[in-house]
Amino acid sequence: MAKKRLDLTFPPRQSLKPVVYHLVKDFDIVPNIMRAQIQPEQEGRMLLEVTGGKEALADGIAFLESQGLTVREAASDICLDEERCVTCGLCTAVCRPKALTLSGEELVFDKDKCVYCEACVIACPRRAIALRF
Amino acid sequence: MAKTWEEINARIAAGNAVVLTAEEFAELAADEGLKKAAERVDVVTTGTFGPMCSSGVFLNFGHSDPPIKMGEITLNDVPASGGLAAVDTYLGITEPSLSRGVEYGGAHVVEDLIRGHAVRLKARGPGTDCYPRTEIDTWITLDDLNQAYFFNPRNAYQNYAVAVNSSDRTLYTYLGPLHPHLGNATYCSAGALSPLLNDPTYRTIGVGTRCFVAGAPGYVAWEGTQHNPNQERDEHGVPVKPAGTLAVIADLKQAQQEFFSAATMAGYGVSSFVGIGVPIPVLDEQIAETLALTDANIEATVFDYGVQRRARPALARVSYAQLRSGSIEIDGKQVPTGPISSLAVARRIATTLKSWVAERGFALTQPLEPLPQMGTQGVKPLEVRSEEAI
Ligand code: SF4
Ligand code: SF4
Repeated sequence: MAKKRLDLTFPPRQSLKPVVYHLVKDFDIVPNIMRAQIQPEQEGRMLLEVTGGKEALADGIAFLESQGLTVREAASDICLDEERCVTCGLCTAVCRPKALTLSGEELVFDKDKCVYCEACVIACPRRAIALRF
Repeated sequence: MAKTWEEINARIAAGNAVVLTAEEFAELAADEGLKKAAERVDVVTTGTFGPMCSSGVFLNFGHSDPPIKMGEITLNDVPASGGLAAVDTYLGITEPSLSRGVEYGGAHVVEDLIRGHAVRLKARGPGTDCYPRTEIDTWITLDDLNQAYFFNPRNAYQNYAVAVNSSDRTLYTYLGPLHPHLGNATYCSAGALSPLLNDPTYRTIGVGTRCFVAGAPGYVAWEGTQHNPNQERDEHGVPVKPAGTLAVIADLKQAQQEFFSAATMAGYGVSSFVGIGVPIPVLDEQIAETLALTDANIEATVFDYGVQRRARPALARVSYAQLRSGSIEIDGKQVPTGPISSLAVARRIATTLKSWVAERGFALTQPLEPLPQMGTQGVKPLEVRSEEAI
């Protein structure tokens, strides 16, 4: 079983198609929607974590592309501007999954726990965090 | 044996004073006992680096030719006070910019000045016989200014609230975003390193105390606004709620960028992290006792910011050691905690101040005037009333 994080862009007319259903039904992929911004007739964006067999994932991605979606592996990272960061720790106070924690004086980011909610980006008083989505 | 201020200053001048940070002193006292630690150590240094809204700078621009009596002053589009003499101003750090709102405010102008960046000064004047110019639009740097100094009416809060939110929506506060249903708790104090928690009864810190302000040598100028010595205290005399405060003054030109950082608190506004440190003389065992307190011995009160009234309900009392552990218990519920005051920079401040005293002969000053003590005054509320009701 492999796991990938995909950054999907839905063209405006495609946003109502049940692609996630097909991933499950036809490719036996387990989807986990981490973030989504989808509205009728507008370009949509979804951060999707997919788990499945290697081949199934490749086929599933090919299917998504055949449906007109742009599929990129999510950069899935927060970028921290260390020059701006004052290690106040406020980002750790708003990060529910505890992806950001303080270890002594140091700020530690655990990528696997991040759900890309952007709470840290909004809270950081130094504007030191950006999400690559 | 008790030491005097003069003895301690003589040792500082001779370069053989023993100086430790508050954390180092607590360790020494735990290892060797309070009595020995009190005898051996002359000065203990403290530090804190958290958002302190009540801060700002006085600036004197010098006169243009022809001169102008400045009113409606802006610096990088952030309004500054025009109600002073012709070319003096006070810029408050929480002032938002006219064009960029809270993303760039007074604090950001101050940070830009400290970083040596040029700042755009615009002003209008009424045009008088001695000040005929009516408009000016120019660029300044910190070096160009005659005087530039911090005058921060309220810094270095003696303890602060721990904030939680019992309501069912996220609140955006000066203590950061608070998740609903006690989803998180934020706190803002350097705990055992914090200046006024090390001298809880203001024995050595008062008007005229030399201190560290944003990397520059400065002074305690007065009691800070909302100074409230009458808050509830523990058995060591340490307040468990926000109590004393300091007004401080220091030369902006000597400030260091690592000890002053502009901040924008989401949904609240502009603020700034200000580095404050105070050296405390180890005069006797009594002062040594509070200097030796650790995060495990110092407590703060948890307040419910979900109740949007002046008097917020106090839900619990927790130690700074518990807060730093990452979670506290409130009514049987584990609540994750996070600081908004940087322990890393607080430590750097205490260490820098230690080297000032131990190596650079930074002498201590005995207060010219004590801060208002317990029993003298509290904080009065503002009531909404009519003229007739007075
Ligand atoms: S909130 Fe911002 S400044 Fe504070 S520790 Fe996190 S990234 Fe650094
Ligand atoms: S995006 Fe959300 S989950 Fe990820 S680090 Fe920031 S607050 Fe935590």
